[in-house]
Amino acid sequence: MAVGVLALQGSYNEHIAALRRIGVKGIEIRKAEQLRGVDSLIIPGGESTTMAKLAELHNLFPALREFVGSGKPVWGTCAGLIFLANKATGQKTGGQDLVGGLDCTVHRNFFGSQLQSFEMELSVPKLAEKEGGTSTCRGVFIRAPAILEVGPNVEVIADCPVSSEQLKVAIPTSDGQEEKEFTNNRVIVAVKQGNLLATAFHPELTSDSRWHRYFLAMVEEAKEEATPSEVMVKYDLYGDGNDRAKKPYDLPIFE
Amino acid sequence: MADNNGVVAVYGNGAGELSEPSKNLATLSGKVGLARMLRGGVIMEVATPEQARIAEEAGACAVMAVEHVPADIGAQGGVARMSDPALIRDIKRAVTIPVMAKARIGHFVEAQILQAIGVDYVDESEVLTQADDQHHINKHNFKAPFVCGCSDLGEALCRIGEGAAMIRTKGEAGTGNVVEAVRQVRAVMGAIRSLRTMDDDEVFAYAKKIAAPYDLVMQTKQLGRLPVVQFAAGGVATPADAALMMQLGCDGVFVDSGIFKSRDPVRRARAVVQAVTHHTDPKILADVSTGFEEAMEGINLKDSRTERFARRS
Repeated sequence: MAVGVLALQGSYNEHIAALRRIGVKGIEIRKAEQLRGVDSLIIPGGESTTMAKLAELHNLFPALREFVGSGKPVWGTCAGLIFLANKATGQKTGGQDLVGGLDCTVHRNFFGSQLQSFEMELSVPKLAEKEGGTSTCRGVFIRAPAILEVGPNVEVIADCPVSSEQLKVAIPTSDGQEEKEFTNNRVIVAVKQGNLLATAFHPELTSDSRWHRYFLAMVEEAKEEATPSEVMVKYDLYGDGNDRAKKPYDLPIFE
Repeated sequence: MADNNGVVAVYGNGAGELSEPSKNLATLSGKVGLARMLRGGVIMEVATPEQARIAEEAGACAVMAVEHVPADIGAQGGVARMSDPALIRDIKRAVTIPVMAKARIGHFVEAQILQAIGVDYVDESEVLTQADDQHHINKHNFKAPFVCGCSDLGEALCRIGEGAAMIRTKGEAGTGNVVEAVRQVRAVMGAIRSLRTMDDDEVFAYAKKIAAPYDLVMQTKQLGRLPVVQFAAGGVATPADAALMMQLGCDGVFVDSGIFKSRDPVRRARAVVQAVTHHTDPKILADVSTGFEEAMEGINLKDSRTERFARRS
């Protein structure tokens, strides 16, 4: 079955290209009805405020929350991670809507603005264990968020060191009354909680397809757990945006 | 080569040689990667922190900080320069989305200043008065990514050769008239289409004819598109205009005077954002186009008194 990719804004084309490289079809999702026809979803990188606004205008939040709650696998990269988090700090004035579901606190633009974007080799032994390859992977961080704290059921897959020049950030404590300063010297950048996967960096901008394979393995596991009486109905709602004949060519991957 | 298995292209500052994996995203390839997060979005020109907040609220994926929108520059005459850094800092503090700012063509010190105050992108803009009428900035020297205007494929590839990480059409800024932007998008796309079917042996002479670096022309031929993110700009005033540019093949849209010069900027901003996301859905486009008071008063380009920004290159 195809994997849905939320196509409101951002790097959805990059995810679809990455899926294509491993032989899986990606479907662009822009409306709530389209979610019914896929059994997994990727929320791409981009601007989370833009995606939140569009999701709100087209009433996507209830459908997204239901999708997450139903146990179907969802993967959020960067802006997608912010969408899935239960709590987010560093938001715009007035805050922004979140889908929620991932028990963690995420800080938007943790590392700074564009000029502080960077790339680093991340140590990912858990990924290498499941998908092979080297025990490090290339992490591309673009105005990236970072996960400050996680709940007990969340599995940390990768973290990254915080430089001493990093601006101090404050996180609200669990009772919401005060803020304490974040003092760890590492932040978490990839987590998994049940059916949810979240990364603060962009695997779709690299040629390493292990993260996409890891996500597809999650999708396979979820399918095995589905009861046989579930009926898979195909919804043919994709006629408008997925006409490949007219689609422009895509940008390359830079190594 | 540009079939859909995922072309892995290696980029080395346009010199065509292999480069090491970059730890620092300030290589051209890294900067292009940064721009990809803006795809499918709308970048709005704002002159005050309040306008910036309206833009962010409406769903803009970035804002362009300007002191005067192009429609006013045209009307006032005189020399238009980089904005006051204090204004740019105020706008940066007001929003959480990326902030871009303009520098004059060739004015590398204005670009250094903008980079020093931490803007996310620098726009080397023909809307400001040209500082150097022969040469553009050597954008490879900067950590900040640059966006540059073009009116045809040759110009686009020249700018990319100089280090631009993102290209937009020049259009005719400040007029609310989208005809020039459309003409330029069609010029670029049309040239790429004919380039794709060209015999490889003919590309040498073609590169000379359009006065563009050969390596970039060849790379464009293989990819079937520009190797960088391409936005439309200049004269986009309505949601339908924005969807038109997306359907013509652009990755996103800049809106300059069109939003804050209209009578209902909040609704119009939101409508343009929706139009870009749902650009293939006419029903949604119809919904977001209804009920507006007047769009910005446009300028008809056939009027010989109007000066053309796009002639500056």
